Amino acid sequence: MNPHPFAPGSGASFYDYLVAERPDLLPSATPMKAGAEPLTVPHGTTVLAMVFAAGVVVAGDRMASDGQSVSSRRMDKVIQTDAHSALAISGAVGPCLEMAKLFTTELEYYEKIEGRRLSLLGKANKLGQMVRGNLAMAMQGLAVIPLFAGFDTLRGVGRVFKYDVAGGKTEELDFVTAGSGGGHARGALKRQFRPGMGRDQAVEMALLALLDAADDDLATAGPDPVRGIYPTVMVIDAEGVTQVAEDAVRGHAARVLGGKE
Amino acid sequence: MATPYYVSPEQWMRDKAEFAKKGISRGRAIVALRAVEGVLLVAHNPGAALTKVSEVYDRIGFAGAGRYSEFESLRKAGVRHADVTGYSYSREDVSARGLADGYSQMLGNVFAHEMKPMEVDLVVAQVGDTPETDEIYRISFDGSISGEGDYAVVGGDADRVLNILVRQFTGVGDLAQSMKLCKEALEVGGNGTLSARDFEVGLLDRRKRGRTFTRLKVERVEALLAGG
Repeated sequence: MNPHPFAPGSGASFYDYLVAERPDLLPSATPMKAGAEPLTVPHGTTVLAMVFAAGVVVAGDRMASDGQSVSSRRMDKVIQTDAHSALAISGAVGPCLEMAKLFTTELEYYEKIEGRRLSLLGKANKLGQMVRGNLAMAMQGLAVIPLFAGFDTLRGVGRVFKYDVAGGKTEELDFVTAGSGGGHARGALKRQFRPGMGRDQAVEMALLALLDAADDDLATAGPDPVRGIYPTVMVIDAEGVTQVAEDAVRGHAARVLGGKE
Repeated sequence: MATPYYVSPEQWMRDKAEFAKKGISRGRAIVALRAVEGVLLVAHNPGAALTKVSEVYDRIGFAGAGRYSEFESLRKAGVRHADVTGYSYSREDVSARGLADGYSQMLGNVFAHEMKPMEVDLVVAQVGDTPETDEIYRISFDGSISGEGDYAVVGGDADRVLNILVRQFTGVGDLAQSMKLCKEALEVGGNGTLSARDFEVGLLDRRKRGRTFTRLKVERVEALLAGG
């Protein structure tokens, strides 16, 4: 028990508690030598989030790469963080997954301590602080650059946020992309995005954008029918977070591919 | 010069225990009960803005009786312990047993070393895949801990409420039966006639995956009390 109820770390933030009392458990706990060569570790590549009529679609390819090599073909870069939000990660895989876990715990902890959920903007701001907390690691090549998306239950709309390496948060009204293939995905979305799309249309547009990214970015994988690996797609609306089933993604992907030929 | 005085350790402990019991008996009782659908936590707590029954982790719930500020800080400490454990190992590694042990140590230390003991009794419950694997622990103000069977009661009038349960409990029932049993036990145990609005009800729902704790809304409790 903390004798001072308003002392640092005694509030409703799990992250602040770790910073104050258990810094050894933070993803950014390991200090590195100044001037050391940036590390090469597996990186995640193309993720995106997009607003549609009823909420948001969040999607990511499945490949993690380490320089010229494939490190994993089955990685999930879109992670549900609570009942109405999800995180899509790009950057160094290890620290990214660690931060996703920490952020998920953060949201759950707040909910349990306070007896209610954080607002979507509150969640987005907290994530920004956590990304900034990782800045020293980012300078060493272990950057964590997430996208955050969710359904704002107070306003009744889907909202998407992107971050820079220093934790700077930007909200966009239409879509956000990140990762080495993010630029290519953005190009595709720029041409095709329409406000107020339906769910299926939005899912297919997300797949199309990932496909474009996979076309032009070596480190992004497209749908892989041989191994049966398809992008991760989550839809978040008033009902909550739904992961689009692999069969459905396969169907959507086939339609998108058919349209492309 | 002040006269030095001597109080025997026995007397000192007895006084502390009496003091704590007095504080706890001022509050109302809380029942934890195994049901087919999960573990039911039922408090007599009209309004329920200040909750007595709450979620700790995926399969673990908490109920605190006695002084609110004290069991609330214990609840927070428990949530913190569970989240740190789950974060640094894995979600499966968080157990009610570990949490109950922690509370027992904490309350025992305070009782032995502090001037004022904590005026709280706690229940830590964990839902399993079947009612037989449910775990219900009762931790008292002095740190004594007991693993209960099908039910546990803490708070004021705990003995009377427990008596009713001992007599009326005939085996693990469904949610409606269990809710009615809790109502009867709390009513006869000294709270007078109660309606759905007077209860704060939490369910560790064994049919759910992940976070199993659910608060039952007044309408749901009404329906259960009306027969299912």
